[in-house]
Amino acid sequence: MLPQRIKVQAADFDISEEVRQLRAPYADVGAVAMFLGTVRDLNLGESVSNLYLEHYPGMTEKALEKVRQAAMQRWNLIDSLIIHRVGELKPQDQIVLTLALSRHRQDAIDACNFMMDYLKSHAPFWKKETTPDGERWVDARTSDEEALKRWGLEPQDLQD
Amino acid sequence: MSTHSVKVLYFAALRDALNTAEETLETTAKTVEELMHELAQRGDNWSAHLLENRRLRVSVNQELSRKSTHLQSGDEVAFFPPVTGG
Repeated sequence: MLPQRIKVQAADFDISEEVRQLRAPYADVGAVAMFLGTVRDLNLGESVSNLYLEHYPGMTEKALEKVRQAAMQRWNLIDSLIIHRVGELKPQDQIVLTLALSRHRQDAIDACNFMMDYLKSHAPFWKKETTPDGERWVDARTSDEEALKRWGLEPQDLQD
Repeated sequence: MSTHSVKVLYFAALRDALNTAEETLETTAKTVEELMHELAQRGDNWSAHLLENRRLRVSVNQELSRKSTHLQSGDEVAFFPPVTGG
């Protein structure tokens, strides 16, 4: 069975184990680049703000694979992986991991950046901030849409 | 006019606003836009969130789509706010 390259899961992940498993088959990898996204406490103060990650089961996996394939096409990568957690998370928890392997570093570094920018605006996840005082859906950031332009991608507005 | 059956899903803040997570309905809508107009008939809340919502996103069969995307019997349509993953 082929190891999974897209994982959407509630469970936490171990970065060094994921890197170890991903690069184990390859003797020609010279560069491993990664991005790790973590939960920030949005409500710094007395009451802690937790995070709830909602997603669209089925579409989430497809969308992330599309992101990963786009990176594999654009750069000279040996392999890549995306893990994204869902469900109840708390400050300092790990949320998302993108990994890219290449012979030389520029491909892996650029691919990781690209995968994060692309998934932030195209993968069906929604964050909800939960505090003892109530819940609030987190708004999408315009800087994420701006980041897309860097790669020549369009934001996914509901076009005609 | 013949109707066909589509499944419609709503996510996140939009689901909360419409108080509907999922439904299967018979519709004559041939495109996403026609479906949006049909659903907007339910009242001001639906109309505001579907037709007056510049940030609305839609997928058909789990692919991001447009208003002009055609609908067929058995399709799965989802409406949602801009995504905030990562």
